[in-house]
Amino acid sequence: MTDKKDTQVKKVAIICAKAALEDVYAALVMANGAVMEGMEAKVFFTFFGLDAITKKQMNKLHTSTVGNPGMRMPGGLPFPTLLGAIPGVEAGVSSMMKNTMEKLDIPPVDEFLDMITAGGGEIYACKLAVDMFKLRKEDLSDHVIDIITIGDFYAMAGGDGSQVIFT
Amino acid sequence: MAQKTIAGVNLEISEDGYLADSSLWTEEIAKEIAKEENIELTEKHFEVIKFIRENAESGLTIRKVGKSGIVDIKGFYDLFPGGPLKISTKIAGVNKPSSCV
Repeated sequence: MTDKKDTQVKKVAIICAKAALEDVYAALVMANGAVMEGMEAKVFFTFFGLDAITKKQMNKLHTSTVGNPGMRMPGGLPFPTLLGAIPGVEAGVSSMMKNTMEKLDIPPVDEFLDMITAGGGEIYACKLAVDMFKLRKEDLSDHVIDIITIGDFYAMAGGDGSQVIFT
Repeated sequence: MAQKTIAGVNLEISEDGYLADSSLWTEEIAKEIAKEENIELTEKHFEVIKFIRENAESGLTIRKVGKSGIVDIKGFYDLFPGGPLKISTKIAGVNKPSSCV
């Protein structure tokens, strides 16, 4: 018989690579949930995920109304992809979703980052993606601690009870 | 549910340490529970606890406490390190919050 090991999660390293509202919020809710529970949390934003920490874009994220099989009309009927392609529909749907979230006390992205960093969570930007999108440090939100490589991020992600999560 | 005597009062306590009956709560009980969490309660703590007790019914979130005007979120983490909402509600004698934010 081997000794029972303590398998509790103590630290999460979350990688967010997409800019859709739901992908970014998944990462933010997990990071905030971790610090709320007294765990360590580090989030690495890469590729289109950078939108979530780019000053110009962070509060304008959309959910996709095209090619999104989870999308429903109010009432539950399927949402036709062709309808989703009409200009303005995606913005309307995204704004409806943001209103619903606000009612559940889910904050806008910048405020959510405030909450996470207030709890000791750390936000990083991917160097490769920052170079690729020709962004500069000053284009990024002040919540961003540093622009680092994935190798640097992995180097911080280890330790007892740590998990790497990709959204 | 288990029985536990805190500050001389026999209380029913949930598995993770929350009071079953919020109306039996006293400041003395709060101090005892806080001691178990290694927190020495100050006046500021009690201001937050008062806010939590008054707003427990409507569903608490860290964000709501941050907007209470009593502490900001950073201050809330500083007062109750290691899980502010979880720990402060336990000390305040209210239900364990079911919120994800």
